[in-house]
Amino acid sequence: MNRVEQTKAALEAIFPVEEQEQNESTQVAAEEAVENEPSIERQTGVITTPFEKHGSHLDVLCEPSQVVDIAVILDENDFFLESIAGVDWLKKEQLEIVYDYARYDHDQCRVTVRASVPRSKPVVPTISLVIPGANWHERETFDFYGIIFEGHPDLTRILLPEDADFFPLLKDYMP
Amino acid sequence: METSIWRPILYLVGIMAFAGLNAAYLGWCERKGAARIQRRVGPTEVGFAGLLQPLADGIKLMSKQLIVPQGVDGIIFRVAPVIAMIPAITSMVVIPFSGDIQGRAMELSVLLIFALASLSMIAVLLGGWASGNKYAIISSARAVSQNLAYEIPMLLTVIAIVMISGSMNLRDIAIDQQGGFWHWNIFRFENGHFLYMWIGFIIFFICSLAETNRAPFDMAEAESELVAGYMTEYGSMGFGLFMMGEYLNIVVGACLTVTLFLGGWDCPFGKTPGVWWFLLKIYVLIFTVIWVRWTYPRTQIYRLLNLSWKILIPFSLVNVLVTAALIKVF
Amino acid sequence: MTLPVELRHDETFVLNLGPQHPATHGVLRVKLTMDGEYIVKAEPVLGYVHRMHEKLAEVAPYAQFMPNTARMDYLHALAFNHGYALVVEKAAGIEVPERAEYIRVITVELNRIASHLLWWAAFLLDLGGFTPLLYAFDDREHVIDLLERITGSRLTYCYMRFGGVYNDIDDEFITGTRDFIKRLRSRMPSLYHDLVTHNIILIKRIKDIGFISAEQCRKYGATGPVARGSGIDYDVRKNEPFSVYPELDFDVPVYDECDSMARYMVRMDEMEQSLRIIEQALDKLPDGPVQAKVPKILKPEAGYYYSAVETARGSLGHRLVSDGGKNPYKLKLRSPTFSNLSLFGEVAEGMLLADALAFMGSLDLVIPEIDR
Repeated sequence: MNRVEQTKAALEAIFPVEEQEQNESTQVAAEEAVENEPSIERQTGVITTPFEKHGSHLDVLCEPSQVVDIAVILDENDFFLESIAGVDWLKKEQLEIVYDYARYDHDQCRVTVRASVPRSKPVVPTISLVIPGANWHERETFDFYGIIFEGHPDLTRILLPEDADFFPLLKDYMP
Repeated sequence: METSIWRPILYLVGIMAFAGLNAAYLGWCERKGAARIQRRVGPTEVGFAGLLQPLADGIKLMSKQLIVPQGVDGIIFRVAPVIAMIPAITSMVVIPFSGDIQGRAMELSVLLIFALASLSMIAVLLGGWASGNKYAIISSARAVSQNLAYEIPMLLTVIAIVMISGSMNLRDIAIDQQGGFWHWNIFRFENGHFLYMWIGFIIFFICSLAETNRAPFDMAEAESELVAGYMTEYGSMGFGLFMMGEYLNIVVGACLTVTLFLGGWDCPFGKTPGVWWFLLKIYVLIFTVIWVRWTYPRTQIYRLLNLSWKILIPFSLVNVLVTAALIKVF
Repeated sequence: MTLPVELRHDETFVLNLGPQHPATHGVLRVKLTMDGEYIVKAEPVLGYVHRMHEKLAEVAPYAQFMPNTARMDYLHALAFNHGYALVVEKAAGIEVPERAEYIRVITVELNRIASHLLWWAAFLLDLGGFTPLLYAFDDREHVIDLLERITGSRLTYCYMRFGGVYNDIDDEFITGTRDFIKRLRSRMPSLYHDLVTHNIILIKRIKDIGFISAEQCRKYGATGPVARGSGIDYDVRKNEPFSVYPELDFDVPVYDECDSMARYMVRMDEMEQSLRIIEQALDKLPDGPVQAKVPKILKPEAGYYYSAVETARGSLGHRLVSDGGKNPYKLKLRSPTFSNLSLFGEVAEGMLLADALAFMGSLDLVIPEIDR
């Protein structure tokens, strides 16, 4: 689990110190929270999640503005982007963006990065300038959820027709 | 020479029949051959062993509408398939099938055949250009550069043959090789020297594959890249004529190879020369062509041109020089 | 390959490769800006077979999505079955009987061989070799017949269940599989390698063509044979062992040449490794049930789940978000060729059209999987 600790240390540098301390103090509680209820409830920061249960070693909850910094750190640590997923939390009026990172390594470490934006103004900075592979994934997320990736070189429809005027994976979308 | 009116008519009908039959049945042979190579059975339904398949195909193609798409150059588009057929049939006139069977024994028949072979390239160029399709234009550009590149080594090899035989008449060249396979140009001894003409033969065979757009040199109709190349926009008999022209070019190429290198109608053992030997030889060659096509993947356009300009042309030049030196100097 | 001419960006034309084109194996469209036969810019246009499977997953209970998984990568459908079963089992905490795991591995590996055989055939078809297609289909037919016997379908399987598999395998399947292993092993060197791999035309066509560096692979998230052909030792079966793969002894072929030939060789070697896996799994096959007791309606606890499997084309990820309901709240499919294809534009720049198509063939694209 060496790799996981290294990555965790690298990622924690992003979050302000007082918040980090708070994290460590509530880490046990946070892990329990993961077991019991949707972990979207917890505060921003990095926590370790059981890989056997969740398929991810580190779970990072961050502000939308921090995703680029996290992408830079993970990119420097030889991570590659597996996918970007959107989740529509209709009741909380939030759209969540879930980034999955992994490494070409036998010392496996999967990192999930999550950021939430309000449904009324779904804007998040693009990471495609750091990781070119994110280009298509971001376009797909825009395509399905209407999340605007600010600074994306070509944010157009990718899987749906060019003239589509709907975002089908929103929970309130009715075909 | 005393000529009756019947002789040209007879030869005209005979040559047309030979050309038509070959164009139709080589398609069948190709399908059967490909099927055998690929562990299939090929056409079986129409007639015995699918022998009537070419007829069915012909009827189908002829009954289809000739679609001239919008935006094409109408006249050239219609004329191109005809131009593809004409030179191939015309070439048959000078080919000596045996000592007695030949449409016309011209003095410069070798030259005539090569002139006509270049014409079929024009058909490809016109067809591709007139189609106004980007794939077709790329294809015809490829076809032209390929044909140009391969005509040179082909002609250079023929020059060596002409030097040996001392004639540009195909009939004379064939007569010069009578009397068993050791007299054939491919195993030619001259002045007590072995002439290594088998190198020339290989060059000539490769070139004829490339000239007739056959795999592995079928760059012009590389269907995984260019859909159907210059034939993309053609349907019905326009496509049919292109296909038939292509098969006829293979037949002409085989006839030429047999006449130039393999002794024409000569029996390998010097016993019973005749037209059957000629036919046997050309069909063996054609089978080889089909066999090669269904065995090898396609090469690449720039490798193809490199092969011609960097390997075949220097080799054929050396071949001409060595032959000339062996015949005349030593 | 070095460019013999300097590309001129002012005299270009746009060539639409697809959506209906013999080389795109489906309905992929690539918008090529060409300068003669040289590609100045290549821009894949996706979505022609998009069916919104992710929405379909959200509107039905967990079990009902299983048949959909096979409709994406129709060549390696069982791996998609497996991946989806694994993520739901992970979320719902279902234990799978050991025999079922072995059967899953055997069938998935058989399917992988079938997929690689078809890739091989289609790749050679892209290069203008017709005959290998028929030989590969001949062998593939045996695999398909074997799988049809136990799964009931030939292409779009729905064989896996949460907590096991739908049907037990029988002795006839086992002997048939052993015969197939023998058959493919005997045909591999003579037919596949002597006829095709060692063919000079093929080697010249794909060697040093389509160079993808390891760094490019990482930047674009390429996985599977594409990454392994670039010297990256990454195979989910080894790196992140799932199912019973840790108990089986197999190698991960890795080639450092980064070209199309390396990707070709990776897949050819993988077929042999799959045979090894099947052989061992058949030897070790335990007795027991093939299906665990699983409640009719699954309600996994709320949370985020991720599970990856190795398909014939790379790492397939399922990102499952559950809100505790009986339907998946969100199911994101991370399809390997989506990431692999995103490389295409960058690598194809400056290539000849014919080389670009050979390169595209070496990526092993399955379009419904990209478009989902």
